Amino acid sequence: MNLSGWGRYPRIDAKLSAPRDLATLRANVHKGNAIARGNGRAYGDSAVSTQNTIHMKHFNRMLGFDTQLGQLVAESGVLLADIIDAFLPRGWFPYVTPGTKFVTLGGLIAADVHGKNHHKDGSFAKCVDWIELLTCEGDFKRCSANENTELFEWTVGGMGLTGVIIRAAIRLRPVSSTWIEQRTMVAENISHAIEIFEKFQDTTYSVAWIDCLQHGNAMGRSLVMLGEHAKAENLPSEYHSELLKIRPKRKLRIPLQFPNWVLNNFSVRVFNALYYSVGKRQSAQKLIDWDSYFYPLDTILDWNKIYGRRGFAQYQCVIPIQMADEGLRALLSTISGAGIGSFLAVLKRFGTQESKFSFPMEGYTLALDLPVNTKTLALMEQLDTITLQYGGRFYLAKDSRMSRFTFQSSEPRATAYSQYRSEQGLNELYCSTQSERLGI
Amino acid sequence: MNKETVLLMGARSDIALALAHRFAKGGNDIQLAARNSNGLIEDKLDIELRYGVNVTLHEFDVLDTTVNELFINSLPMIPDVAVCVIGHMGEQKESERDVQIAALVMRSNYEGPAAILAALANRFEERGSGTLVGISSVAGERGRATNYVYGSAKAGLTAFLSGLRNRLSKKSVHVITVLPGFVYTKMTENMELPVKLTAQPSEVANSVFRAVQKKRNIVYVKPIWQLIMIIIRNIPETIFKRTNI
Ligand SMILES: Cc1cc2nc3c(=O)[nH]c(=O)nc-3n(C[C@H](O)[C@H](O)[C@H](O)COP(=O)(O)OP(=O)(O)OC[C@H]3O[C@@H](n4cnc5c(N)ncnc54)[C@H](O)[C@@H]3O)c2cc1C
Ligand SMILES: NC(=O)c1ccc[n+]([C@@H]2O[C@H](COP(=O)([O-])OP(=O)(O)OC[C@H]3O[C@@H](n4cnc5c(N)ncnc54)[C@H](OP(=O)(O)O)[C@@H]3O)[C@@H](O)[C@H]2O)c1
Repeated sequence: MNLSGWGRYPRIDAKLSAPRDLATLRANVHKGNAIARGNGRAYGDSAVSTQNTIHMKHFNRMLGFDTQLGQLVAESGVLLADIIDAFLPRGWFPYVTPGTKFVTLGGLIAADVHGKNHHKDGSFAKCVDWIELLTCEGDFKRCSANENTELFEWTVGGMGLTGVIIRAAIRLRPVSSTWIEQRTMVAENISHAIEIFEKFQDTTYSVAWIDCLQHGNAMGRSLVMLGEHAKAENLPSEYHSELLKIRPKRKLRIPLQFPNWVLNNFSVRVFNALYYSVGKRQSAQKLIDWDSYFYPLDTILDWNKIYGRRGFAQYQCVIPIQMADEGLRALLSTISGAGIGSFLAVLKRFGTQESKFSFPMEGYTLALDLPVNTKTLALMEQLDTITLQYGGRFYLAKDSRMSRFTFQSSEPRATAYSQYRSEQGLNELYCSTQSERLGI
Repeated sequence: MNKETVLLMGARSDIALALAHRFAKGGNDIQLAARNSNGLIEDKLDIELRYGVNVTLHEFDVLDTTVNELFINSLPMIPDVAVCVIGHMGEQKESERDVQIAALVMRSNYEGPAAILAALANRFEERGSGTLVGISSVAGERGRATNYVYGSAKAGLTAFLSGLRNRLSKKSVHVITVLPGFVYTKMTENMELPVKLTAQPSEVANSVFRAVQKKRNIVYVKPIWQLIMIIIRNIPETIFKRTNI
């Protein structure tokens, strides 16, 4: 069967099973070369193994909720969308969320995802109380900060290569409404954007959209969006009767073969319109519902198909804080000089993070979607070189094409991970096409 | 719909679990009946947590018809809606070879489901309310070489449900016959199914949920199947016997 990640590149002929019970899951893992697959939202080949990809969709049950702690115990295949559906009406929201809600608990933990609040709240690891892992011996192992600590630390952010997560306990965040107060500011160039991020470190959520076509003084021209969960008392009275109600949204399906430049042109045009209208006032404030704020693309089902049959890649790297301004300039000028048309990129400030193998480090992370072709593949290699030069690294959940050399050069932690995997015999059971490509 | 209690028999099947979620989402309490019902504990917790309803587990083997009355009496309450999802396809080739294997298919799809629905029908009739739902199959609409043992048992169930509906329509008890085409479930996991003709369990659940509310009689899930079956039923036997569909 043909498998790929969200970017539909690369496509790999792989064996896929979807066990319904632990005994079958265990037996499948023991065939070796196994990798767990959540909802396939990683862009590349993190959740693909040619011999033995194991879909976790049948392990999708929520098992308990402690209202005192805000702690949810659930199986790893549960979708974040379902968690929100069940708990937002009761006043709870994910502590950390990626830009799509169609991801599983297992995927959130294995990629140790970050949200727009990383600078303030850290990565997903921060809300994981414990996990239960299927181990080499085929039994269950509870791992946490106090129990089987090393395994816990490698697993969170370990991209599925330490075993299959069966269950986890995570903490949710109490909220008093479904609304976000959003403030949008214009930044004339990259240094200005950084200045805004640094100034608003205390704001819970922040993210910027960058217009990648600009160069010179306007390079890094962007809209910085700040957000806070709206407190009930700050909302207009007409909101008060339904503070926590989830409004059903209509979902659109993208007609096939809808070319991606249409969307790019559209998003750039929206960006420009906003840039100028907000620009006149320096900043604009509005109330926005949780779904449009956190998951703007989720209402368009299958939007990954617009990039056509060859698929697309998301390039995401992080540049350490001391080098951020310089490094981002180098990246942006290479991007705008590449002559690949107009599109937007996303910029985010990361706070400090110490972890065994997770992506975030204190600094700035840049992400952009590119259709896959010879020109963009070459561009991404140029960007790799720049990122390495500035001491940055790459997000494996987005990677589909990096070379082993690039990865190993960016990742001093890789050797320790490989060593741990072989000491524990994990490399005999688990691998993904990505781990084989990168030599993990 | 007011808060009602829904009994699902054959509760481990993907279709039954999808039904459980759909009815629970509507605020209804759920009774899950299955063989090895203890294995459904995670599903019970999950449904209770998501929708804030009560879910109970009940041991039930549809072939053990002698305990049907006991089973019904053991339920915390007589349900308002009862759905029998139980079925067993077996291997047609084996059914041709071994009469015991064929009998198991026949009993699991017809005798067993008909018996428990009949017992529930009498309780509903006495009470003067309720909805009975039988999951039959388009396979019962015309016998085909590739699965006529299963098909004939489903045909029996379809006819039984039709008669039951006729009998109970004057007694405020409603009977629904569900004729799914292909559905992506454990039963069909290893088959190549045509995407356009195959429903997800959640689609079956939505159709049945609406049918219960709207008191529909016969439900095809994907409308195209109604058309397909009109055509298949109307092919003259002299031609049909030579086809292999
Ligand atoms: C539109 C979009 C926006 C995104 N935005 C962000 C963002 O803002 N921040 C961010 O951090 N990420 C983001 N991502 C990436 C996404 O959050 C991660 O790739 C996430 O891991 C996907 O989860 P999944 O369930 O689909 O996992 P998959 O893609 O199926 O798997 C991802 C990894 O998790 C492992 N895994 C999955 N389940 C298990 C399990 N049960 N046990 C062990 N390992 C497992 C897999 O082996 C694989 O290595 C985004 C992705 C998309 C498509
Ligand atoms: N999938 C399709 O394409 C399709 C198409 C048309 C109709 N249907 C019908 O839809 C229904 C559900 O099927 P499915 O596709 O979900 O397949 P399934 O998973 O095989 O479901 C059948 C269920 O029936 C239960 N069962 C079998 N014999 C039983 C017995 N003696 N006592 C109690 N329970 C028994 C099984 O229980 P255990 O879990 O204990 O084995 C199983 O849960 C069936 O009636 C089937 O005929 C399916």
